[in-house]
Amino acid sequence: MTEEISSVVEVDDQEYIINFGPQHPSTHGVLRFVVNLRGEVVKNLQPHIGYIHRGIEKMCEKLTYQQIIHLTDRMDYLSAHMNNEAVCLCVEKALDIEVPERVKYVRTILDELNRIASHQLWWCSFGMDMGGQTCYFYGLRDREKILDIFEETCGGRLLLSYNTPGGLMWDIHPNFQQRIKDFIKYFRKKLPEYDKILTGNVILQERTKGIGHLSLEDAISYGVTGPTARASGFSCDVRKNYPYSAYDKVDFKEILYTEGDTFHRYLARMEEMRESMKILEQLVDNIPAGDFTAKMKPVVKLPEGEYFQRVETSRGELGVYIISKGDKFPYRIKFRSPNFCNLATMNLMASGFKIADLIAISGSMDLVIPDIDR
Amino acid sequence: MKSIIEYISGIYRGLRSLLIGMSVTGKYFFSPRAIVTQQYPENRHGHGKRSKKQLVMFDRFKGEVVMPHDANNQHKCTGCGICEINCPNGTIEIISVSKVGEDGKKKRAIEKHIYRLGMCSFCALCVKTCPSKALEFSQEFEHAVFDRTKLVKVLNKPGSSLMKGVE
Ligand code: SF4
Ligand code: SF4
Repeated sequence: MTEEISSVVEVDDQEYIINFGPQHPSTHGVLRFVVNLRGEVVKNLQPHIGYIHRGIEKMCEKLTYQQIIHLTDRMDYLSAHMNNEAVCLCVEKALDIEVPERVKYVRTILDELNRIASHQLWWCSFGMDMGGQTCYFYGLRDREKILDIFEETCGGRLLLSYNTPGGLMWDIHPNFQQRIKDFIKYFRKKLPEYDKILTGNVILQERTKGIGHLSLEDAISYGVTGPTARASGFSCDVRKNYPYSAYDKVDFKEILYTEGDTFHRYLARMEEMRESMKILEQLVDNIPAGDFTAKMKPVVKLPEGEYFQRVETSRGELGVYIISKGDKFPYRIKFRSPNFCNLATMNLMASGFKIADLIAISGSMDLVIPDIDR
Repeated sequence: MKSIIEYISGIYRGLRSLLIGMSVTGKYFFSPRAIVTQQYPENRHGHGKRSKKQLVMFDRFKGEVVMPHDANNQHKCTGCGICEINCPNGTIEIISVSKVGEDGKKKRAIEKHIYRLGMCSFCALCVKTCPSKALEFSQEFEHAVFDRTKLVKVLNKPGSSLMKGVE
């Protein structure tokens, strides 16, 4: 392996190479960084991926469009609903189907709930990466409330599989709206606790301010999206710029910072939770009555052509690209996953910082490894 | 002089931020009512000493696929095989036989509805697409077994037959 790396990177006799991962707890999955160190300082970093590659894109070529949905759950499992929605929207666009308003509203609500749940889990694990084990318990306590809402309506807690091309699998549960209202009331009280425990904490601030800077130019040229890019000032929110579902009916702010360091990536996610709650408040009382699915044929066949649709997941922009030859299976399906592009900037951000900062930086990127490998 | 003041105020700010954080954890430490932890194996039946809540799964929870039978040991599955076609993982296998019905016509009926729990990804397509609503999800979630072969289940009970009026 040393030869493999040293043929790419020049290693002098002051430097040494270590493997960071694939079994390291702070990579949050099976990701391996090959890190060149001089003393404690990172000189170069190469991510090695593919440990959890399942060939989802290839598997999809033998599955109907309804069956693909359950595989997209397993890419970015923390934004399962957004992944489902991306495929559904793409298929609906190709077939030129207008889904009922009710479906659009419910999808948007579930998106935002999913985003909050994902950011809560990120907050827990980021706190733990920084050495604050307490965070885990507070974050998971509140996430449980959202998982209960999911469980009651969708039947799954993490992998929802609630979307289907044309609408939803079944109608929402009668308690759905009440539970969301309760959750918002509850979480508005609990979110300041997060700030007290972690945001204001002197150790977190010292370890993240000015660390792992990502400039606006780099963010754009590497195709970084999501809160990671918005912390660098790159306005890339698909919900705002290319609204889908019910996002054109709600009023929310795109969180933008210009500093682009680890601390502002942290702040961007914290603020997004507040914005998500605002979106939920606007939608939850106005779910229109109607069908929970559009009229669909049992066998969905897309007309020949190429289709693309993107959505904003909790980590950035997910694109679905389908090439159809008129069959009930896609000829080729490609997912443009946000984490894969975000990962490419790791070397840029971590070079020149200490190895302990590397953990802070990779934590603030909120990487989900199965989404990178697919 | 200036640097000394900065140094001391830095220490003060740091300590203050730590105390603010600890005030939150301290509040929960001294208020046992705020405990949300559930004692898992005890709360299953709701009579554990420290369990606050009984563990009840929601009705829609996708635990495992079952085929409900009524009191006469009758189910609704006609053996059409639609669930088998719709399953993305090959979890379901239908073994059907043709029987001569009361009216003398040949009819398809199931002999075995094989469900491999270990391969199921709980996508709910089988339950949703079954034309006679013969399948549903149970809320059972404790699936651990010592032997893999125990995960292969036959959903129709032995000796069961098709419910009257289901085509
Ligand atoms: S369970 Fe339903 S779909 Fe499957 S074979 Fe029986 S009737 Fe057909
Ligand atoms: S839930 Fe999905 S994977 Fe499981 S048996 Fe039904 S169709 Fe197959």
